[in-house]
Amino acid sequence: MLSRTADHLYWMARYIERAENAARVLDVTYNMSLVPTATGSDTDLWEAAVEITGNKEAFARDYDTANAKSVIQYLTMDSNNPSSIYSALRSARENARAVRVTMTTETWENINALWLEFDQFLRKDLTVEGLGEFCDWVKSRSHLFRGVCFGTMLRDEAFSFVRLGTFIERADNTARLLNIKYDFLMPAQYEAGGAVDYYEWSAVLRSVSAFQAYQKIYSDAIDPIRVSELLVLRHDMPRSLHACYDEILPIIEQVSANRQSETKRLAGELHAKLHYGKMQDIFQHGLHDFLESFIHSNHVLGQEIQRSFLSATV
Amino acid sequence: MSHTVEKFFDEMQANVGDVRSIYKAYQHWLKNVPTQQLAAKRAEAELLFRRVGITFNVYGEADGAERLIPFDVIPRLISSQEWAHLSAGVVQRVRALNMFLHDIYHKQDIIQAGIVPYTILSNPQYRPEMFGVDVPNQIYAHIAGVDLVRTSESQFYVLEDNLRTPSGVSYMLENRKMMMRLFPDLFRQYAVAPVEHYPQVLLNNLRSVAQSGVQDPTVVLLSPGAYNSAYFEHAFLAQQMGIELVEGQDLFVRNNAVFMRTTQGPRRVDVIYRRIDDDFIDPLVFKPDSMLGVPGLLSVYRNGGVTLANAVGTGAADDKATYIYVPEMIKFYLGEEPILQNVPTYELSKEDDLAYVLDHLDELVVKEVQGSGGYGMLVGPAATKQELAEFKLRILSRPSSYIAQPTLALSTCPTLVEQGIAPRHVDLRPFVLSGKSVSVVPGGLCRVALKEGSLVVNSSQGGGTKDTWVLERDDIQPQKTSQTNKQGKKEEVAC
Repeated sequence: MLSRTADHLYWMARYIERAENAARVLDVTYNMSLVPTATGSDTDLWEAAVEITGNKEAFARDYDTANAKSVIQYLTMDSNNPSSIYSALRSARENARAVRVTMTTETWENINALWLEFDQFLRKDLTVEGLGEFCDWVKSRSHLFRGVCFGTMLRDEAFSFVRLGTFIERADNTARLLNIKYDFLMPAQYEAGGAVDYYEWSAVLRSVSAFQAYQKIYSDAIDPIRVSELLVLRHDMPRSLHACYDEILPIIEQVSANRQSETKRLAGELHAKLHYGKMQDIFQHGLHDFLESFIHSNHVLGQEIQRSFLSATV
Repeated sequence: MSHTVEKFFDEMQANVGDVRSIYKAYQHWLKNVPTQQLAAKRAEAELLFRRVGITFNVYGEADGAERLIPFDVIPRLISSQEWAHLSAGVVQRVRALNMFLHDIYHKQDIIQAGIVPYTILSNPQYRPEMFGVDVPNQIYAHIAGVDLVRTSESQFYVLEDNLRTPSGVSYMLENRKMMMRLFPDLFRQYAVAPVEHYPQVLLNNLRSVAQSGVQDPTVVLLSPGAYNSAYFEHAFLAQQMGIELVEGQDLFVRNNAVFMRTTQGPRRVDVIYRRIDDDFIDPLVFKPDSMLGVPGLLSVYRNGGVTLANAVGTGAADDKATYIYVPEMIKFYLGEEPILQNVPTYELSKEDDLAYVLDHLDELVVKEVQGSGGYGMLVGPAATKQELAEFKLRILSRPSSYIAQPTLALSTCPTLVEQGIAPRHVDLRPFVLSGKSVSVVPGGLCRVALKEGSLVVNSSQGGGTKDTWVLERDDIQPQKTSQTNKQGKKEEVAC
């Protein structure tokens, strides 16, 4: 297929996924901010939300302090923030519009309807009270998008690039979330089993729809190492890094056909780390370093995909 | 409005109460259908068209609003006899025009013979870059849309030949699909010649004009992109033919060949069905700031590395200044008498013609030689005194940019409008395809001026479309219906 077409489809899916992840982070941050903290300030919390989804420096340019009001504005409707839900959904729709004839009618109508509905949220001021409803709407819209793709698209290259976009973006988001929250939640005086600890780690789990899974698998107190294992190595946890690469690797092998490439090698290497990795080893070398390196490699893979399939520069 | 009815030939009723034989069965059916039911069918059609996204963008409207071209549910019928005449006429014309294009870019015999003046060579649509270039099968206008109008039972005229990037064929195809869905019973009654094979014929033709030696040519459709007014049609045709819909940025030139960027690497392109004007096709040769084209394309084309359809430089033959010579071309190249006539045309570069036109401006239609889409045109009888005066000044400042024609009494066809069913003026654009041979699919784009009395059928000027039924048999008997005529439910046909 045409590189430009694949490019639009890939980015359409990435932007939808990005919007969903922003909504998840916001929702959870807001819920956590309701739990009283030792210092009585929730600035750290809101700053972390900015860091996961966006760019701290850019935020600091436009806003004085990180609090509920400013961060909600920055991550939802701020058109200057390329990672805001507004920007992500608009980009998704623009990408879709450019290739609407190559996607199924249902897929196009779904994205178009999403944009028309979003317009209604834009018209009224998004209040803190309305945030939960808004985040739920974004999440359910993203679920619908994946469903309509899965349910109506021919299993051809177009479908492959849509899926690829979804999982590259998701892997990035899960890794960032864990990385930031880990720093934030593992202070020097780590005291396992504390009540605040419980709320905070359970919030992390909830933000990736993993709370119930955790209970089911471990049926034990929430422990940072297990949370990390669930989000990094468990292949059966749909938003884990391993699960993302279980999707990514076969897609890349398929679209590469018989061509040997750096894209294929890199995807295989990352997948192997997640597939054969052990949590104890990762912790020994430091989870933070592991995640930093993963985020970087995932980004490089994104660039390789861009170079070899989507822009086809010669 | 009964006095105006007398003046125009109506496709259904040649004279009041005298229904033309091919329309008898249809008229019988129409009599028994309440107008509300027709209106409901039209609403259903609009809904379906909107869902599929058969829209066009209107230039100059706020944020390029997408609009639907109004669709009329009452078809225009053409008898098999009429079609035999019309199709022979347009095929003859396109054959001659292709020979003319080959000639003016090679030996220029027709200029030597004094039939077409040498000024053709300074026409801005004449592309000196094409001089001496050989194109496969000597075909320049692979797709031609010939606009026909009718003024009486036997009189058809050619209004213009569109040889650059004629559009509208998607409406011919989609309107037919819609009519078959809305009125299947009528199709059982009438033997309507099918048009659905158009994309296949087009694809076969495009493949046949690849450079010799190419075994399995790759054909693409080059579009200016989603913001072009005819984008829907580009996407539609590409999909129907199963070829890639590309934009300039998807193509690049290397080693005297054109390639498209695909996820599997560069892929050679052999034939480009381009829907971009000459001016924008190659920034290295034409408009340097064009982002729509492909740098270096013309050079590959001239060296025979790729085929463009239509060829570069066809505008020299469909220009309104060239139009007047088409009947002579037919005699010169084919040794035949023209089957279809031109509209008598005044050339305002000629002093006598200019004087006559300025004296009779309120009776004539004046067109810009370069204009298209109904822009920059004066319809004398419909113009105000002020408009006439203003246009006079425009003509006087550049007389050679204009031609004038008598206001034709375009035929009317019953059309569903606000007030019920009323006659509205129509034209017809059949699409002539040239490849291995020259052919025309039986049908065309029928445009209808929806405004009462209006003679301008262009969609950009408020025109709509109808399905055109070319009949395979002309002897259709009205079907006996047991349905009783519901009194008061129908409205009288207005003419």
